[in-house]
Amino acid sequence: MSSKLNSKIPAGPIEQKWSEYKGHCKLVNPANKRSLEIIVVGSGLAGASAASSLAEMGYKVKVFCFQDSPRRAHSIAAQGGINAAKNYQNDGDSVYRLFYDTIKGGDYRAREGNVHRLAEVSGNIIDQCVAQGVPFAREYGGTLSNRSFGGTQVQRTFYAAGQTGQQLLLGAYSALQRQVGMGAVTLCARHEMLDVVMIDGKARGIIARDLISGKLESHFGHAVLLCTGGYGNVFYLSTNAMGSNVTAAWKAHRRGAFMANPCYTQIHPTCIPVSGDHQSKLTLMSESLRNDGRIWVPKKEGDTRAGNTIPEDERDYYLERRYPAFGNLVPRDVASRAAKERCDAGFGVGKSKLAVFLDFAAAFERYGKVEANKKGMHSPSKEEIIALGKDVVKEKYGNLFDMYKQITGENPYEVPMRIYPAVHYTMGGLWVDYNLMTTIPGLYALGEANFSDHGANRLGASALMQGLADGYFVIPYTIGEYLADEIRTKAIPTDHPAFAEAEKNVQDTIDKFFSIKGTKSVDHFHKRLGKIMWDKCGMARNAKGLTEAIGEIQQLRKEFWSDLRVTGDANEFNPELEKAGRVADFIELGELMCKDALHRNESCGGHFREEYQEDGGEAKRNDEEFKYVAAWEFKGVSDWELNKEELNYENIKIAARNYK
Amino acid sequence: MSHEGGMNLTLKVWKQKNSKTEGHLETYPVSDISPDMSFLEMFDVLNEKLISTGKEPIAFDHDCREGICGMCSMHINGRPHGPKGGITTCQLHMRSFKDGDTIVVEPWRAAAFPVVKDLVVDRSSFDRIIAAGGYVSVNTGNAKDANNILIPKTDADDAFNAAACIGCGACVAACKNASAMLFVSAKISQLSLLPQGQIERTSRAENMIAVMDEEGFGNCTNTGACEAECPKEISLENIARMNREFFSAKVLANKK
Ligand SMILES: Cc1cc2nc3c(=O)[nH]c(=O)nc-3n(C[C@H](O)[C@H](O)[C@H](O)COP(=O)(O)OP(=O)(O)OC[C@H]3O[C@@H](n4cnc5c(N)ncnc54)[C@H](O)[C@@H]3O)c2cc1C
Ligand code: SF4
Ligand code: FES
Repeated sequence: MSSKLNSKIPAGPIEQKWSEYKGHCKLVNPANKRSLEIIVVGSGLAGASAASSLAEMGYKVKVFCFQDSPRRAHSIAAQGGINAAKNYQNDGDSVYRLFYDTIKGGDYRAREGNVHRLAEVSGNIIDQCVAQGVPFAREYGGTLSNRSFGGTQVQRTFYAAGQTGQQLLLGAYSALQRQVGMGAVTLCARHEMLDVVMIDGKARGIIARDLISGKLESHFGHAVLLCTGGYGNVFYLSTNAMGSNVTAAWKAHRRGAFMANPCYTQIHPTCIPVSGDHQSKLTLMSESLRNDGRIWVPKKEGDTRAGNTIPEDERDYYLERRYPAFGNLVPRDVASRAAKERCDAGFGVGKSKLAVFLDFAAAFERYGKVEANKKGMHSPSKEEIIALGKDVVKEKYGNLFDMYKQITGENPYEVPMRIYPAVHYTMGGLWVDYNLMTTIPGLYALGEANFSDHGANRLGASALMQGLADGYFVIPYTIGEYLADEIRTKAIPTDHPAFAEAEKNVQDTIDKFFSIKGTKSVDHFHKRLGKIMWDKCGMARNAKGLTEAIGEIQQLRKEFWSDLRVTGDANEFNPELEKAGRVADFIELGELMCKDALHRNESCGGHFREEYQEDGGEAKRNDEEFKYVAAWEFKGVSDWELNKEELNYENIKIAARNYK
Repeated sequence: MSHEGGMNLTLKVWKQKNSKTEGHLETYPVSDISPDMSFLEMFDVLNEKLISTGKEPIAFDHDCREGICGMCSMHINGRPHGPKGGITTCQLHMRSFKDGDTIVVEPWRAAAFPVVKDLVVDRSSFDRIIAAGGYVSVNTGNAKDANNILIPKTDADDAFNAAACIGCGACVAACKNASAMLFVSAKISQLSLLPQGQIERTSRAENMIAVMDEEGFGNCTNTGACEAECPKEISLENIARMNREFFSAKVLANKK
C-alpha cells in the first residue's frame, strides 16, 4: 500500500466494523455544530440527502447545483430501482448476501469494509424514504413490492414504476427544501463550483460562478462535500444528462485529491442507437426488456432486409449461441461486448450498421398462447394469438415501447427494436477513505463522484442505494471525526489570500477562453474527444489503441487551447462558457482514463483489455498483480503518479465469473 | 426508418439579453433538418451554425433530454412543449413538422417566471413553494420499518401519479392567469393521500398556498388549460382535492 493512502477501515470482524465505529467516533456538541459551516456541492441523491441530514443535525449548510433547481439533478433520471437487503420476500436475502453480490458483481475490485457498511444501512434507506412519502410500488395488501435485477438471485429491488430515481430525489429534495425553509440551508442554484480553496493543506471553501450574473463568488466552509455525480460524458454520447460533468472532481484532483480507477466505465447494452451526426445523447431502454426480448443479427453479413422479413433460419441469436446457460440475460458488460463484436464483424443492422435487434415476436407468441388457453379459445388463429400476446407485452413494457417509438419513429410491436450499447455509469472517481474523505483533509466525495463501492462493475439498482447511504447514513457520522477537531477554527473571511488566489486562477482560465478567438465550437472538440474515447477506451481496449489515444488527446488539447471559439462574454448567462470549462477538464480526464486503462494489464468488469481474455473471449482477471485500487496523483498536465491501495479479501473467496 | 433529404424551416425565436432588457422575435432559417432529430437537436444545429459565423447562440434550458428533469421549457407555436400532448420539449421530434414550416419559439410567460435570457426563465418560485410545506417533517434516522406503514395500492398509485410532476412550469405557461394551481395541488395531493402526510396536512396546504400567492401566480378560474398541456398529464382532480384541503384548513383555522 502506498504510504499516501490510508483507507482507515476499522479493525474487527466485518459485521462489527460499522457499529463499533459508530459507538466510538468523535462527536460535535449541538452548540458547536451551529458555528461549523459545511459546503455541499451537488443536489442529487448524495448531495440532497447529505445536506438535509447535516442541517437537521445543526450544522450550517450551503448547497450548490448548476441546474435551476436542486430537484433536477441527474439522479432524477434513474429508472429501474434501488436495492436493499430487507428480505421482505422471505427469499433468503440478508446483509451478507447483498455484500457478497456487490463484491462479486464488482469483479473483486471493491473494498470489503465499505461494501459491508453499504449493505448494512440499505434497509434504513427504504424506511427513511417511505417516511418522507416516497410512493414506492405496493402490493394489494399494502406492503412494499419488489422486483429482481441482474447479478442476483433474490428480489430486493424497490421501485416506483420506471421513475424510481425521480421519486427518491423528490423525497430528498423535499427534506432539503424543508431545511431551506427553516433557514438551516442556503441554496445556491445555477451556481457552478470552479475551484477548491486550500488553506494550510485543508479544504476551506470553494470558488463558484453565479451562472446568471457570471460573477465569481468565494464561499468558506469548515468542510467541503463533492456530490457532483459521474463523468460518463467524457465520451460525449452517454445516457447521462447533458450537463453532467467532471469539473468539480477534476478541480479537486488538481488540488491534490487522487482519482481512483478512472478507467472503470459501465457500458449498458440496451440503449437506442445513434441516428445521425446530430445525436446529442443516448436513451436507455431498461434492462428488464432482456427478460422477454431475444437479441439477434442476420447470419448474412451486410444484410439490409427489414428485421421482420428475415426468415428464422437466417438469424443468429448470438447470446443464446455463445452463452447457453444465461442466454439473453448475461451481465451488462458481457452483453455489450458481444453486440460490439457482431457489429464490428459486419453483421450490424439499421442505417448505421451499429445496432442489433431486440425482438419480441417470440414473446408475443408465447404469451398469446397462454392467454388463448386462459380464455378457453379452441383453435385460435395465429393473428389472434399474436394480438393477445401484444397486449400482455404492452402491459409489462408499454411505456418503454412508447418511448422507443417516440424517439425512432418505428413501431416496436411490428418491427424488432434496434439497440446498441452506450456509456452509462462510471465506477471510478475520487479516492476516498472509510470516512468518505479524499486525500485532501476536509474534502469529501459522495455518490457517483467517489470510487468506493462498485469495484470494476456496478450492479443494477445499486447506485441509488450508494448515493443515499453516503448522504443519509454515513457522512452524518464520519464527518464528526474531522469536525470535532475543528471547533476552534473560526470562519475564515473570504478576503484571505487563498480565496483571492483561487478566484484569480478561475478568472484567468475564463479570460483565456475568450482570448483564444479561434474557429471551432466547444461541441466540436467534445465530439472529437468522445470519438477517441469510444473507439479506443470504450467497450474493448488494447495497448496499441490506448497509446494512440493518449497521443491524440494531447494533440486535441493543444488544438482546443489554440482554436476554440467561445461566444458572448463572462458577465452574463453563457452556456458556451460553461461547456468550455467542462470540456477542458474532460480532455485532461480522458488522457488519465487511457493511462489507467493502459497500465491495468488485465480484464475486469467494465475494463476489457483485448490482450487479456480466455480462449472463448471471456475476461481474464489478474489477481496476482492487479488486486489493487489505482489512485492517481496529479503532478502536472499529462503527468501523474500511481499510488496503490491493496485490496484484502478476508470474508469472501475470490473466484472467476462464468456465465456459460 | 431512414429519411432522405432534410427539411427547410423558418424559426422565429425570442431573443432577450436579460431580465432588464426588452426582447424581440428574431428570424433564423434552418436547412437540412432530419426528421429523426429531436427539437433540441435542431437547436443544437442552429447554434453550431450561429457560433461558426461568430453570432451568439440561443440560450435555452435543458439537461436530461428524456422528459424527466423538467428543465426544458419552450413555448412552441403557442403551446408549452409544442404540438404533441403528453411529452416535454426534449421529447418532441422533427418528424412532427413538415418541410417549409414556420415555427415560433418563446419562453414561458408569467410574472412569477422572469426571463433570464432568451428562452431561459427563473422558476425558483416553485422551490420556494415547496420549501413552505411540500414535505413530511421527518429527520433522518427517525423512520420505523417501512412495512409498518401499510398503504392501499390504489392510494399509493394515486399518490405516485400526483408525484410524477416534473416541476416544469408548463401548467403556469398554459394558463391565461399564470396560475400554479396544478403544480401546487399535485404536491399537496400526493402527501394528503398518504398516511405519512396526515399530521401536517392543514398547515401544509395553508403555507404552500400563501407562498404561491406571494410569488405572484394568478388565480385558478378552472379553464383546464394546465391539464391539457401538462407533459405528465397531471389531473385536474388534484386541484379539486387541494381546494378541499385548503377549505378544511381555513375552517380549522377559524375555529381556533
Ligand atoms: C438513465 C439512467 C438510469 C439509471 N438508473 C438507475 C437505476 O435504476 N438504479 C440505480 O441504482 N442507478 C441508476 N442509475 C445511476 C444513478 O442514477 C446515478 O449514479 C446517481 O443518481 C448519481 O447520483 P449523485 O447524487 O452521485 O449525482 P447526480 O444526481 O448526478 O448529481 C450531481 C449534482 O452535482 C451538481 N454538480 C455537478 N458539478 C457541479 C459543479 N461543478 N458545481 C455545482 N454543482 C455541480 C449537479 O448540479 C447535481 O446537482 C441510472 C443512471 C442513468 C444515467
Ligand atoms: S403539473 Fe405538469 S405542467 Fe405543471 S409543473 Fe408539473 S409536470 Fe409541469
Ligand atoms: S431536458 Fe429534462 S425534461 Fe426536457
